[in-house]
Amino acid sequence: MDLNELSVLSLWSAMAMYALAFIAFALDLAKRSAEVSAVGNEAASADAASVSATATSGGGIATLARADIDAPQVEPKRSAVLRVAVALTVLGFLLQLTATVTRGVAAERVPWANMYEFAMTGTLLIIAVYLAVLVRVDLRFLGTFITGLVLVLLGIAAVNFYVEVVPLPPALQSAWLIIHVFVASLATAFFALGFALSVLQLVQHRRQLIGMDLQRLKLKFLATLPSAERLENLAYRTNIVAFILWTFTLIAGAIWAERAWGRYWGWDTKEVWTFIIWVIYAGYIHARATRGWRGSRSAWLSIIGFTAVMFNFSVVNLFFKGLHAYSGL
Amino acid sequence: MSRPSDYVDAGAPQREESPRGDITQPKLGFVGTLRFVWRQLTSMRTALLLLLLLAIAAVPGSLVPQRSSDPNGVIQYFSDNPSLAPVLDNIQMFDVYGSVWFSSIYLLLFVSLIGCVIPRTKHHFQAMRARPPRTPARLERLGVHRDITLEGGDAGTAIESAHALLKKSGYRTELYQGRNGDVSVSAERGYLRETGNLVFHSALVGMLVTVAVGGGLGYAGQRVVVEGQTFVNTLLDYNSFNPGRFFNPDTLAPYALSLDSFDVEYEQQNLEAYGQPVDFTANVTTRLPGGETEERSIKVNDPLRFEGTDVFLLGNGYAPTITVRDPDGNVVFTDSVPFLPQDANLTSLGVIKIPDGLEQQIGMIGFLYPTAYELETGAYTSTYPDLVFPVLTLNVYSGDLGINDGAPKSVYSLTIDDMTQLTGGDTGVDSIELLPGQSQDLPGGQGTITFENADPDAATTADDDVATADYADSVPRFASFDVHHDPTQGWVLTFAILILGGLLTSLFVPRRRVWIKATDTAEGTVRVEYAGLARGEDPGLAEAVDAIAYRHGTALGLPR
Ligand code: HEM
Repeated sequence: MDLNELSVLSLWSAMAMYALAFIAFALDLAKRSAEVSAVGNEAASADAASVSATATSGGGIATLARADIDAPQVEPKRSAVLRVAVALTVLGFLLQLTATVTRGVAAERVPWANMYEFAMTGTLLIIAVYLAVLVRVDLRFLGTFITGLVLVLLGIAAVNFYVEVVPLPPALQSAWLIIHVFVASLATAFFALGFALSVLQLVQHRRQLIGMDLQRLKLKFLATLPSAERLENLAYRTNIVAFILWTFTLIAGAIWAERAWGRYWGWDTKEVWTFIIWVIYAGYIHARATRGWRGSRSAWLSIIGFTAVMFNFSVVNLFFKGLHAYSGL
Repeated sequence: MSRPSDYVDAGAPQREESPRGDITQPKLGFVGTLRFVWRQLTSMRTALLLLLLLAIAAVPGSLVPQRSSDPNGVIQYFSDNPSLAPVLDNIQMFDVYGSVWFSSIYLLLFVSLIGCVIPRTKHHFQAMRARPPRTPARLERLGVHRDITLEGGDAGTAIESAHALLKKSGYRTELYQGRNGDVSVSAERGYLRETGNLVFHSALVGMLVTVAVGGGLGYAGQRVVVEGQTFVNTLLDYNSFNPGRFFNPDTLAPYALSLDSFDVEYEQQNLEAYGQPVDFTANVTTRLPGGETEERSIKVNDPLRFEGTDVFLLGNGYAPTITVRDPDGNVVFTDSVPFLPQDANLTSLGVIKIPDGLEQQIGMIGFLYPTAYELETGAYTSTYPDLVFPVLTLNVYSGDLGINDGAPKSVYSLTIDDMTQLTGGDTGVDSIELLPGQSQDLPGGQGTITFENADPDAATTADDDVATADYADSVPRFASFDVHHDPTQGWVLTFAILILGGLLTSLFVPRRRVWIKATDTAEGTVRVEYAGLARGEDPGLAEAVDAIAYRHGTALGLPR
């Protein structure tokens, strides 16, 4: 078995791990829902009891006093399946790391020079960023989203974008390939996380509008997640890191374009979309400081922004004409 | 953890439409209206809407080919969509990024930006000179609040060491005496956050202006050079030349550049990529008016920076040397003609025009197959980009080349409207087919044509060993160079770096206020309070206040 075959094998194994992790994360959400149902029922019967109590004694009603407004309404219990899910994700990450490194060694260059390889490295970074953030902030509730997204992207890449190892064409032989593309992938990883948080923020916001009645709640696990405000702040912090990286990508791309094509900016389709994404996120950051645009509207901008990132990676690479014809397909 | 509500639109308090604005609206008057419009234009909401509009306006330029980046695509679009294209052209869809509507959006945005940055800069200068604000009477009301009680000591010394500690940590500080006998230090840090924001926005303006000016000061020219040829950096010697609005051609740097050789390396190990080029190198000699020469090389990602110009290698291909003689054997044409590559195996297409010297004007459309392979249909194809078995085929036309009126015509196309095809196609006459070193008669006894073998060592190949001869150097290559001069490029980079630096500081330097207050109690102990207030996004505030309390305790000699 040569190195490239090893790479392919590790990649499929990593995907298997992510699939299992996805299931485990989903089980955890189901478990959370069950816990919330239980708490809701308990509270309902307690309410009923206290109503009769007030009727007789006129005493105060027990309310759920919440000290920290950002804390979840229902604190989830410790969960074994969740720890298994994280462990599986780590295992998947290590396998994917092996796949990516061996691909690079087999090709004798960085493993991000065509679409198959961008997808491999990009999703590796999504997992890496997610796991790194987990050390500081408990975002394990995002596990289904992250492993699901990575699984889908990797599946598409492995099935539709796979190409054999080929040498770099002269236009790609540059140190800027290493820097520009890597930083772009890293930015994408952070944008992905910001996107997930913004989606949850919207869902959570709707839930908060409907009210705190646990029994009427449809997606019960939502009660175990942080408040919409907290999710918004987390999304913002993730997105600004991504934005800085994206700004760097844009500048590095321009420097490289100057070296390779003789002009630093030429409104090539890929340049156009990189610019559009940059402007959308600049808008997002502004929205956070504009009256009437915080909260849900800014979340929508984050979602639109990430949609544009995905569009740039897929449709623009595959179907738009331009100088960036490096999908390898 | 959220930004305090006073921070939304901070720095532009008077710029949001205030309820007062609504009341005075009926009697605004002209100046009042202007001021109202200006206030609207420079509001955060307008900036946001213009940004989103800019993003949307940039989209069509990626859907429809643009004249600036893909002129041939535009021509193709016109022929594919003859009814739609003129409509789109009317609304400048093929020049989106220079269009009136796109320009108005970004110009408005930048006006808004300038109108926003100037007052904020003033405001910021004042803020930087102002003293940190009075310590609030009730610190426990702030989001982050800690307090400890010291046995012994006194409030004065506690605050003295707090003062020193905060100063050392980069805070601007001010001491205050409270009404209840307490002493406190009020401290603020992170002015750099706003500075970074202002630098960022100003650098955007700088970038826009430089790009606008830079486009006018420089030039870009293209030139195709065949191995052995020399290009002189003068207006006449360019194939095409696009000067900026303010460019003076007299300032072209006087130098010459010869293409000594052009090396191509093809992949031969990896069967997945067999024949893929892995390296292009143009070996050139530069020559200055004083006679100084220097040998340099130009690669795809490695331009030649010379005499204030940048020379880029953008393309290459074959330029077969062709000689045409009249029936008496006099040379009427001899030149290396660049043929444009059509596919990965460098099947190349070129045009040869012979306006004078023969009975009639002759035009030829030629195909060069570097490694020719005959298909079952009898047509040729090239199976490898290097010169293994090069074959040149030519279709000959005679008549009027259409170049007598002096109007410039592309050297890569032949207008056959007024010409008669003599070989190939439906004529029943075979196309001319030549290997390097071979000659053939032109149809109608008009003369002969020779495909010269450029390899000086090549012996005249006898007919029976054509298949085994070494043709590696039989056809010269050409390189197409782009020559650019843009004196503002360094400035663009400088502004780009300022943009990035401004962003980093503005997004990651926390701006916060911290107060430490000490009060002597009746019991003879000292109560020390620590409190913090975020001014903008500041996830680390609580940690920072804890750290200050801890270090202050250490300084006061608390057991650790
Ligand atoms: C070309 C147009 C503009 C772009 C690309 C742009 C981009 C940005 C970016 C990326 C940020 C976040 C980084 C930072 O704080 O430095 C920002 C912040 C900010 N911008 Fe702009 N901006 C533009 C125009 C404007 C205009 C016209 C205004 C005023 C109306 C404005 C006011 C602000 C303010 C107040 C902030 C701080 C917001 C915060 O701290 O979250 N910007 N801008």
